[in-house]
Amino acid sequence: MTPRRVAVTGMGVFSACGRNAREFWEAMKAGRSGIGPLEGFAGFRITTGAQISGYDAAAHLDPKDADLIDRFAQYGLIAAREAVAAAGIEFTPESRLSTGVITGSCLGGKVAEDEAFRQLYADGNPRVHPMTIPRIMANAAASRIGLEWGLTGASFTLATACSSANHALAHAFWMVRQGSLEMAIAGGSEAPFSVAHLRAWEAIRVVSPDTCRPFSLGRRGLSLGEGAAMLILEPLDRARARGAEVLGEIVGAGMSADAHHITQPSAEGAARAMRLALEDAGLAPAQIGYINAHGTGTQANDATEARAIHAVFGGHASRLVVSSTKSMHGHALGAAGALEAAATVMALRSGILPPTANFVEADPACDLDVAPNQARHTGTGYALSNSFAFGGLNAVLAFARA
Amino acid sequence: MQPDIVTRVIGVIAKTQHIPVEAIKPESLFQELNIDSMDGINIVFALENEFGVQISDEDAKSIRGVPDVVEGIEKLLRQKAE
Repeated sequence: MTPRRVAVTGMGVFSACGRNAREFWEAMKAGRSGIGPLEGFAGFRITTGAQISGYDAAAHLDPKDADLIDRFAQYGLIAAREAVAAAGIEFTPESRLSTGVITGSCLGGKVAEDEAFRQLYADGNPRVHPMTIPRIMANAAASRIGLEWGLTGASFTLATACSSANHALAHAFWMVRQGSLEMAIAGGSEAPFSVAHLRAWEAIRVVSPDTCRPFSLGRRGLSLGEGAAMLILEPLDRARARGAEVLGEIVGAGMSADAHHITQPSAEGAARAMRLALEDAGLAPAQIGYINAHGTGTQANDATEARAIHAVFGGHASRLVVSSTKSMHGHALGAAGALEAAATVMALRSGILPPTANFVEADPACDLDVAPNQARHTGTGYALSNSFAFGGLNAVLAFARA
Repeated sequence: MQPDIVTRVIGVIAKTQHIPVEAIKPESLFQELNIDSMDGINIVFALENEFGVQISDEDAKSIRGVPDVVEGIEKLLRQKAE
């Protein structure tokens, strides 16, 4: 039996670069970075990030509902609502049974956790809010999204640091392809701007003091970002049968673990995940025209990722466009792969490859065409999107133009 | 029932449930106000803060409406004063 093809029929995005998928893509095409001065963290060494400024939960959720879930789950729900509406889905009792929600989250409800622990340790108040547990749990976004439409298919949350959303999308893709789900709402969401968590990033010294300049000389680290992106995945034939607009396809996924170092990346592990994604998709390296890179903007990641791409693609590496949209939406950790999936689907669909923003000068250690600062108007049929996590857990997705 | 305690209890319920004070009467039951058991836990937490008392898990489970809450709070405040 031929495996089912898996279509992307809806997307929702909530990020510093745009509060919906259309605004987000406009920013990506224009190379407009959402990284700017952080609000609410005076006296921190980290002064910039891709923050959703002026976020007001009451504008999106009933106030009582907003009390029950942390900001990261709220972002996930907002993105899921947009994706479901965009896909034109009207759930039925039958379709609810076979629709699952598969999300990535690196951190869970850090904002809520921080507030609870501040009361506990700083105020000496032994009593924390009764909803602290449901607010903190990493699966809160998946659960809350499922509740929105009464979805009772297989649903879960994966936490693999910066690869969380790619692992989630990969599993959702495989489950739809093999028939375990007829539809999935999949992606990731993250709200990493909390006092204690930001201090932890300061301590590990990988965050840039100004902005994120992936693959560029003078790059000084990553910039944290927040937000969510959710994709609707369903079998291509079913999508066509119901008259849905097919935005693109996920055609393969590959995963690997470095087992090399708790923070240092490994070119070998990254290369293996890319090769496995190509193999799963039945694609030859030369068919790929674009890679949405992990591209964090750290010294170690970008040079290692460049080596991995050269190892996989050989001579074709110089004909690829490899850009890092983290230069715009920041590193949204457990949401990163989902934001990048949205950008990659739109890139294939529009024939416009988003640039690497904030680029200053080519680094010989990253000898790739990274579309510096300007989008590339080059149509291509197939793309990869890379995620390589702290802890060495890698997940790569392969996409096709619809 | 002491009127000021009734007013404060209604204020706490209104605030935690995001409903107008006018919608809650001294005789209102939670069921009528669409307040479920999880909402009840939030209300108990807010009542403990408001009145500076500790409500046992058993008492927390048994409250069904404003009259129960007011009665319980009055009892706890009396115990506290003794």
